[in-house]
Amino acid sequence: MNGSSDEKSANEDIQVLQDQPKKLTIYWKRLKRQPFAVGGGIIFLFFLLMAIIGPLIVPYNYQAQDIANRLKPPSLAHFYGTDQYGRDVFSRIIVGSRGIFLLGGSGTLLAVIIGATLGLLSGYYGGLSDEVLMRLFDVLLSIPPILLALVLLVTIGPSKPGLILVVALLYLPIEARVMRSMVLSLKMKEFVEAAKIRGEKKLYIWFREILPNTLGSMLVEGSMRFSYAIFLVASLGFLGLGVQPPSPDWGLQINEARGWFSIAPWLLIFPAGTISLLIIAANLMTDGLRHVFYPIGGEI
Amino acid sequence: MLRFTLRRLGFVLLTFLIASLLIFSLTEILPGDVATMVLGRFAAPSALQNLRAKLGLDRPVYIQYISWLSNFVIGKWGVSISTNADVLGLVMHRLRNSGMLALVGCLIYIPPGIFLGIVAAFRRNKWLDQIISMTSLAFIGLPEFVTGVILIAIFAIKLRIFPASSAIDPGASFIKILPQLILPGITIALTNLAYVIRMTRSSTVEVLQTEYVRSAYLKGLRPGYVLRKHVLKNALLPTVTIIAISIAYLIGGLIITESLFSYPGVGRLLLFAISHRDLPLIQATSMLIVLIFSVSNFFADIIYAYLDPRIRYK
Repeated sequence: MNGSSDEKSANEDIQVLQDQPKKLTIYWKRLKRQPFAVGGGIIFLFFLLMAIIGPLIVPYNYQAQDIANRLKPPSLAHFYGTDQYGRDVFSRIIVGSRGIFLLGGSGTLLAVIIGATLGLLSGYYGGLSDEVLMRLFDVLLSIPPILLALVLLVTIGPSKPGLILVVALLYLPIEARVMRSMVLSLKMKEFVEAAKIRGEKKLYIWFREILPNTLGSMLVEGSMRFSYAIFLVASLGFLGLGVQPPSPDWGLQINEARGWFSIAPWLLIFPAGTISLLIIAANLMTDGLRHVFYPIGGEI
Repeated sequence: MLRFTLRRLGFVLLTFLIASLLIFSLTEILPGDVATMVLGRFAAPSALQNLRAKLGLDRPVYIQYISWLSNFVIGKWGVSISTNADVLGLVMHRLRNSGMLALVGCLIYIPPGIFLGIVAAFRRNKWLDQIISMTSLAFIGLPEFVTGVILIAIFAIKLRIFPASSAIDPGASFIKILPQLILPGITIALTNLAYVIRMTRSSTVEVLQTEYVRSAYLKGLRPGYVLRKHVLKNALLPTVTIIAISIAYLIGGLIITESLFSYPGVGRLLLFAISHRDLPLIQATSMLIVLIFSVSNFFADIIYAYLDPRIRYK
């Protein structure tokens, strides 16, 4: 009877939807109100660029020893001075950044991929395996991460793949938990129900209906986890349980520099300053991303 | 409340059990033959066999696990391979030291953390809040070894106010070692300080935005009264939990801080055990750390549920 008016209002709804500003535009607007986050993001991207191309353009070989020029203070020839073997500190920091990004980054990426997959399947299907998996993850989350990392490294030994594996294992449970909680609420939503009724395949529902709605959260989660991973990898390097010498790992450099502080403070100041800058930048960026994706409250 | 407590207690037990399984399998089974590790690669097969029998390594794995776990529970923690000392005594002595350091750390970060968090919430989005929030955000992820090394560089080497090393005499009294606890105390406090500030701020902001606080102001109550009776009472609720959680974080921070300052605590003992591949010592220290960590999480949950009845029914 009033089919035509229904049709009309449906058309209006579509019109309203089309008139809404694009999601990206909204995000961009919010981002512009976060100057600290933008600054942090720029510094972070600069570090990333340095990690990728830096090792190709550094002034010195990071392993090249030059005993005649050992423990020289910062100068134009050596921006950050030289260490006890005459190695260029600036070059070592830049080459070291690649290791941090490689280990922390691939570990986090692995954790996000595996964790998100487990969280998606576990949340979507539910049941006993979901219950067991989540209890197990709760338990893993209630063990101090650094302890778990140390015990794991005792077993698998300090190697680069080993470190990546440790980072992935440590952060996998939390990624799975975050993903699962989102899937639990999303699978009840009308648009997922509608897709099921339309007879869409499971893969379609996962990749086209559920996952796109989790991207923002996973991005925030992942970047937060990444700054923890930098923290962890550098701490393990500092303890001598991460990457082994003569690698230019930042934590390792700081550890070696401790003994030289009173005669060569630059050995300590520059690596410590660099890692602080990277972590602060990553924190500011993550905090900004959270405000962009979740404007209300937005604090965890 | 009783049901909730029992459920949480069950979770602590489960955590302990799974963690013990994990620690046992990672340290006993995966790294290969313990007997070969103790006696060396070229030991006589008969000597290896004798040691295996002595350590009970010739029994099936699950029997080994059960006897290991039950020995741990009744306090028979074995003898350290590298020092031949009784593990229980060694660990307990170190635990006392770690406890003193943790106490100093807590005193340094809890009161200022709550205070700054509340100040930031009341000056929300003003410049004072911006400064507090941004500084704490920056500090939240700085590794202990970076802040510690910077503190040593400034206060121990440049200014010579505090000692750089905290290698204390065994059995020294708390007051006597206090100067040596200040720098490591600040180091473990800084990360947690930032965390407590941020959490206190966000919970206070939440309370300040509620209807009942607004109506309290609107009906003309004095701001000081509203602060005490309406805001703080509710805002500090989550803070109690936050402090309990931060104590759990503190334990992780202790491992690195103690090693940096050569402070003889449980964390440094664990690192010593790892570098000497001293399995009984690794197992005992890591089990103890898991236990403390999950027990402090347990108390966090219980205190929160006690203060906020809504949680119990979730």
